[in-house]
Amino acid sequence: MRSALAVRGLEKRYGSVQALRGVDIEVGEGELFGLLGPNGAGKSTLVKIAVGLVRQSAGSAEVAGARAGSRAARGALGYLAELFRFPGWYTADEVLELHQRLAGSRGGEAERRRLLELVALSEAAGRRVDGMSKGMAQRLGVAQALVGEPRLLLLDEPTSALDPVGRRTVRLLLEDLRNRGVSVLLNSHLLSEIELVCDRVAILLDGNVVAAGTPAELSRPRGVELETDEGVRTVEGATREDAPRLVAEMVAAGRRVYGVRVLTSTLEDTYLEAVGGETD
Amino acid sequence: MSTVAVIVEYGFREAVRRKVFAVVLVLTAVFLFLFGLANHFVFRDLSRISPPSDVHVDSRTFAGAFLVGLAMFATLFLGVVLAVFLTLGVVSGDAERGLLQPLVVRPIGRATMLLARFLGAAGVCVAYVLGVYFSAVSITGLTGHWWPDQIAWPGIELAGAVLVVIALSLLGSVVLSSTANGIAVFMLFGAGLVAGLLGTIGHALNSHTIRHASTIASWALPFEALYQDGLRMITEKASGLTGFLLQLGPFGGAYVHGWPIRIWAAFYLVATLAAAIGAFARRNL
Repeated sequence: MRSALAVRGLEKRYGSVQALRGVDIEVGEGELFGLLGPNGAGKSTLVKIAVGLVRQSAGSAEVAGARAGSRAARGALGYLAELFRFPGWYTADEVLELHQRLAGSRGGEAERRRLLELVALSEAAGRRVDGMSKGMAQRLGVAQALVGEPRLLLLDEPTSALDPVGRRTVRLLLEDLRNRGVSVLLNSHLLSEIELVCDRVAILLDGNVVAAGTPAELSRPRGVELETDEGVRTVEGATREDAPRLVAEMVAAGRRVYGVRVLTSTLEDTYLEAVGGETD
Repeated sequence: MSTVAVIVEYGFREAVRRKVFAVVLVLTAVFLFLFGLANHFVFRDLSRISPPSDVHVDSRTFAGAFLVGLAMFATLFLGVVLAVFLTLGVVSGDAERGLLQPLVVRPIGRATMLLARFLGAAGVCVAYVLGVYFSAVSITGLTGHWWPDQIAWPGIELAGAVLVVIALSLLGSVVLSSTANGIAVFMLFGAGLVAGLLGTIGHALNSHTIRHASTIASWALPFEALYQDGLRMITEKASGLTGFLLQLGPFGGAYVHGWPIRIWAAFYLVATLAAAIGAFARRNL
């Protein structure tokens, strides 16, 4: 798998504060990668190094094979910052046109129309930014990041200001992008969102990757739940492989079995455990 | 080149949208109106001024040069106000507000970005300074029938002085917050003006120490020296007592002038921009 983003031994120090302590992360082409961690874990610093806003103290970061921050790397990515703003006197269409010109996109009006439609802002093409709600501005930010069909999209908290409908719009958009081979690094606090859409996840804590893998890999077995004529019974520690044997034993004991459910921990449980929070 | 034009246009649109732009335009209209009135009354009453018979002062030249000198000071001041408010937050201010990051991550380069912002602000401010300067000169010329000895060069040097201030303000915007940068640039501007005035007094009193200090200040802050040189050129042919009185100032005289200071100012401008670009390239956003 070719890497859209390759980060090796990445370190960043701000004065006496060590924000990143040798992080290794690789995002493959067409992969949707989730970055999790508490505030101050180093997530935004990592993203900012990848887009060239911040220079690393040690290690390397490459975007589509080019050094992060180089012109070639910046030409291959789209970025939505956690805190961003567009000039209030620009309309949505003008914001996208500005970024088309800066990105060298030849998509023209057709691309702008398509992007506004993707983020459900078709009706707001002529509306000025200072007349938009926070959610609309954030969706416009997502559309801006998609200008020029980037190979890698880096989104820092892209749904923080969105209502459930807006979040669903962005989620569907991310899945569509993955299907089209676009790689996405998604930095979010919304664990359920990450769990729903991401192929792989890394959890950062104090500048270190403390857990990484697919959401399934990060989930631990928590037992098997059996629904019988005596009620619901949970066999702690049992796995999916144990389920047929447990059902057979119940039937042999004369019980009626109505349902079997393999229990696993959620990404939230894994996350809280990794960062030292409560799991239950 | 096209990305430079995009950022120049972006900066220009931002500039004309700013309230400070409207405020400066209103103040300029008020100034030119009052300046016209002043010219009207000064030249109307010129014949009533009768110096002692043994004093040979060309009162029309004296009045015209004084008025144009006053206009040059006002033009420089308003031009600097405009320049500082258009550029004081170009890097730190825009980064704090989140306006800069979406632009900087595009494949345009930080140096291009900063140079384009300089060109945008320079376009607005140079047009403004030249417009006000030539309006003021025309008002004095048409009202009092007095024209400066050099008409174009003083205006060009005033515009050059504002370009130096823009470069200083851009450099400040990379390393300082918007408020701190605004204060710093206005303090530099004030220091330059005070040094210029002191230099004029020092020359009149023939004080070596004051002359030396003000000459150093003029080279350190060449916008002041360009302004002084512009003032010198409006009456460069005035001689005798008239020339001496004009050199006493406050709107006349120049102890640092000519091509050396112009070349130094150009070098200073380029070096300041290079320092700003270097600092911007290293800056975390």
